Amino acid sequence: MARNVNFDLNHPLMEAGLESPVDEEGVHDSFSQLIAEQSQNRGPSDAFELQQLQRQLDEEDRDNVAYLSSPGREFRGRRQGQRDNEWEDDETQTDPLMGERWSSATMRILSSMPSRTIGRNRGAIISQYYNRTMQLRRRRQSRPAIRDFAHSARPSIRGYGMEVDSTDAEASKRDRLVNNLQNLSVSDRVRMLRAMPLNVAEKSELRRLALQKEKRTFSGSQIPCCSQLKYYIIIGVRQSWYSWLSFLHSLQLWQVALKRVSGRFGTGVLSYFLFLKTLLFFNLFLFLVTGAFMVLPQAVHPPVLPAGISSFTGLELLTGAGYFSDSVMYYGYYSNDTLRKSCADDGEVQNVSLSNGTRLDCGSKHLSYNMPLAYFFTIGVAFFVTCIILVYSMSKSFGQSFRIDKSHSILAIKVLCSWDFKVIKKTSVKLMSENICTQLKELLAEVNHKQVNKTRCQRLWRLMVHGLAWSICIASTTACVLAIYYFSDHMYQNLKHLRSVVLRKTPVLNEASLLALPVLVSLINLLLPGLFNLTAWMEDYESPSVRTYVSIGRNLMLKVSVLGVLCYHWLGRVAADPKIIGLKCWESFVGQELYRFLLMDFIFTLLDTLFGEFLWRLFSEKALKRRRKPVFDIARNVLELIYGQTLAWLGVLFTPLLPAVQILKLLLLFYIKKSSVMMNCQAPRKPYRVSQMTTVFITLLCFPSFLGASVCVTYTMWSITPSSSCGPFRGLKTMFQAGKRWVEKMEKDNPNLSVLARAHSYLVENPLFLFVGAGIFLIVIYFHSQVVDGQRKIIGLLQEQIENEGEDKKFLITRLQKIHEQKRTPARRLVSQNSNC
Amino acid sequence: MGNKQTTFTDEQLEAFQDCTFFTRKEILRLHGRYRELAPHLVPLDYTNNPDIKVPLALIVTMPELKENPFRDRIVETFSEDGHGNLSFNDFVDMFSALCETSPRELKTIYAFKIYDFNRDSFICKDDMKRTLNKLTKGELTPEEVTLVCDKSIEEADLDGDSKLSFSDFENMVSKAPDFLSNFHVRI
Repeated sequence: MARNVNFDLNHPLMEAGLESPVDEEGVHDSFSQLIAEQSQNRGPSDAFELQQLQRQLDEEDRDNVAYLSSPGREFRGRRQGQRDNEWEDDETQTDPLMGERWSSATMRILSSMPSRTIGRNRGAIISQYYNRTMQLRRRRQSRPAIRDFAHSARPSIRGYGMEVDSTDAEASKRDRLVNNLQNLSVSDRVRMLRAMPLNVAEKSELRRLALQKEKRTFSGSQIPCCSQLKYYIIIGVRQSWYSWLSFLHSLQLWQVALKRVSGRFGTGVLSYFLFLKTLLFFNLFLFLVTGAFMVLPQAVHPPVLPAGISSFTGLELLTGAGYFSDSVMYYGYYSNDTLRKSCADDGEVQNVSLSNGTRLDCGSKHLSYNMPLAYFFTIGVAFFVTCIILVYSMSKSFGQSFRIDKSHSILAIKVLCSWDFKVIKKTSVKLMSENICTQLKELLAEVNHKQVNKTRCQRLWRLMVHGLAWSICIASTTACVLAIYYFSDHMYQNLKHLRSVVLRKTPVLNEASLLALPVLVSLINLLLPGLFNLTAWMEDYESPSVRTYVSIGRNLMLKVSVLGVLCYHWLGRVAADPKIIGLKCWESFVGQELYRFLLMDFIFTLLDTLFGEFLWRLFSEKALKRRRKPVFDIARNVLELIYGQTLAWLGVLFTPLLPAVQILKLLLLFYIKKSSVMMNCQAPRKPYRVSQMTTVFITLLCFPSFLGASVCVTYTMWSITPSSSCGPFRGLKTMFQAGKRWVEKMEKDNPNLSVLARAHSYLVENPLFLFVGAGIFLIVIYFHSQVVDGQRKIIGLLQEQIENEGEDKKFLITRLQKIHEQKRTPARRLVSQNSNC
Repeated sequence: MGNKQTTFTDEQLEAFQDCTFFTRKEILRLHGRYRELAPHLVPLDYTNNPDIKVPLALIVTMPELKENPFRDRIVETFSEDGHGNLSFNDFVDMFSALCETSPRELKTIYAFKIYDFNRDSFICKDDMKRTLNKLTKGELTPEEVTLVCDKSIEEADLDGDSKLSFSDFENMVSKAPDFLSNFHVRI
């Protein structure tokens, strides 16, 4: 801030030497004590940091070697060396100054420098926030021209509309801040107030004054009634929003449980549970949408069911077939016509869905609900909204964790920013402190010693080991994928065989055999990551983050290939020719398959929690006699969650109630995992970069998972023929035709909308639109990456500027002191002469 | 809303809601927590803003702060007198600044104040040493401590005065994406 600091040494304030220029009543005593001491000349009490400055000058020679020898810091070391040399030159010139005490005038100026007063005393905070509210108010106004600023103004602030600060008394500054606050919108004002680093009492005082002024302005002036109404509406909306937030908080979904987990394990393990909570909300949203628009209308208007429904046996819960196959759970239940409430015949209202052509003319109003259209649009809109929410949270998370500037201050960050304040259990705190210690020692070793150059032989050996590990992983993944492919083919042939040969003897066994494929896939998902862990242990990575990323990459590769081959099996084999295996309704069959997969995944996760965590802990404690419990593998568990969510998204089209199943599964999983973690595990020993990992996970949720599911669903809707005897799209060539037919019908009924119909046919059906859209998207991404590059360069320039400013500061302090000494010296000589006599 | 509570007036609760990151229910819950630290000292009725301060020794018995190595500094930073005696306003202030929705800037200012042990608006080598000792509880040797302090100040110091001013600290924190999630106390 370009503050007019008065360098006039004859200024009465300087001479008096008793008051401090700013009101030091703030949160702490900062310099008032020191100034008071100094001005009363109470002995050799030097200013603390000025003493340090002196000591630093003495130690400069010793430090030079240390600065220059650290490897990655050569550039900065050179600069430091240059600075030291310059400082030494200055030192020889100003040597006599260093022995003197800094005068109270210098001290006073030092104490009121902006860098010392940030966040410390009230006056500085108030003026800082006055400037900010001014900026906020002026946001839409243009910036003042550069020529209005003095040449000596710092370049970085020229464009920001900063007014030159006058040395007003604090009271008027406060009034102006209150004035500004009053003129802001309500949400801006609340945001400003909350972000101020002042005491709550002072903030509420400012708020009270601002509201008082607002009330006065409102009652005094003649405001048109519509803006007053707008004001009341806004206040009402805000109140209801706050009460809604209160209600949400009072629900306290898992607040206590999450606090216990974070208190014991820290932020890393907590992120897994928070991810689970996020997925729960996604599924809740899906469930509400599909429930309200698809399930409920159809449940209220049940269709005429075919005869021969099997009775309820327990197996249905596992296979999802049998009793459930003709229920509202699956695609086949949904009717393909417009649901109507028929008119009263005998005074009773019968809710029956009518067949296609007939129309009952009722005198009274009737509600009609076009089921196929509703089905199509609900799925489309649900996916679209989920996509938007995912992309938004992904970009927000990315923005928080991405750092443009490559971090040089690893050690400082480790010391000052790595303590997790959420951890409250004594043993965990001790563990965390040990972890930080170990990491600091490792970092010191890294920073101190030079990078050991590996010999060519060693590098070749490492390359071989990595190559071997990767080939093992890829080979095992390919083997499993082929196994699934052939096994599914075998099941398919089996079903074909079963249809040709009438085998009604063991229907239960037939149904149970449907579980074989899900069991195989879940087994593969359980065992193969263990193999990947073994290979990673064999490879012995130096950097833990590289190890985590490699492990995530391998697991992802496995899951993507498994899901790929399964989608081919369902959409490519089963859907292509459903009659061969005797399916009247292939969509219901696929829905049942997905239900089975989801359930098996849950059961196997339970088994894994039991065996992997509980029994392993008992084994390692009793048999291996280790003191440490097993570590909770966060990455692997999150990937399991993502896999389950992909299945849920794939299945929504075929099984509208699948989100409900997923919700139940996630709820149970939360409690089971929480108890298992509390009993069996300990916090990870390696450093875990939470925000980076969270970004990676939500990106994985968006890109392979959601994108893959939506591509499959889009392909199904676009190209695959729906079954002709069940479901809301029977009789159409593709599911997409439902929307097209509706548009055509609308055009027929109302010729004015033909423009819309034509636009629809051009935009949605023409692939050129997609290409152009993708091209624009890529161009936008390219521009943004260029902007990021430019900002990186600006950061480098600004850092150099800061270093220069530091040198300016030192120069000015010494000059000031020199001038003051020159003025004082004649007077002092007189005083000393007098005292000698 | 519907509940009749006599701890605060509506005006007070609204002021708290606008000036902190808590909702009404949370403010009332915080008052309950504050009161259970010293039930004989803290009155139930806060409508006339009584001037009561709970001493440091009682505040640090809270489970959220008990094991934190910086508990004394945290409480001192938010106390008005600088000795750790918190009034209810200070108490709410403390947990509001450390809560999840508190913005980065606010947390940076208070983190700087907490780590500045001698309160001279700079984190000097001595401050770093004390921070490090509290973090590692004496596990590092004195040479290692000195080395870590020197190196970290050298890394983060931009204007070359071999101590961290607030802008140095802010710059360093902006490069640490985990700072926001770490500097968070759940109440």
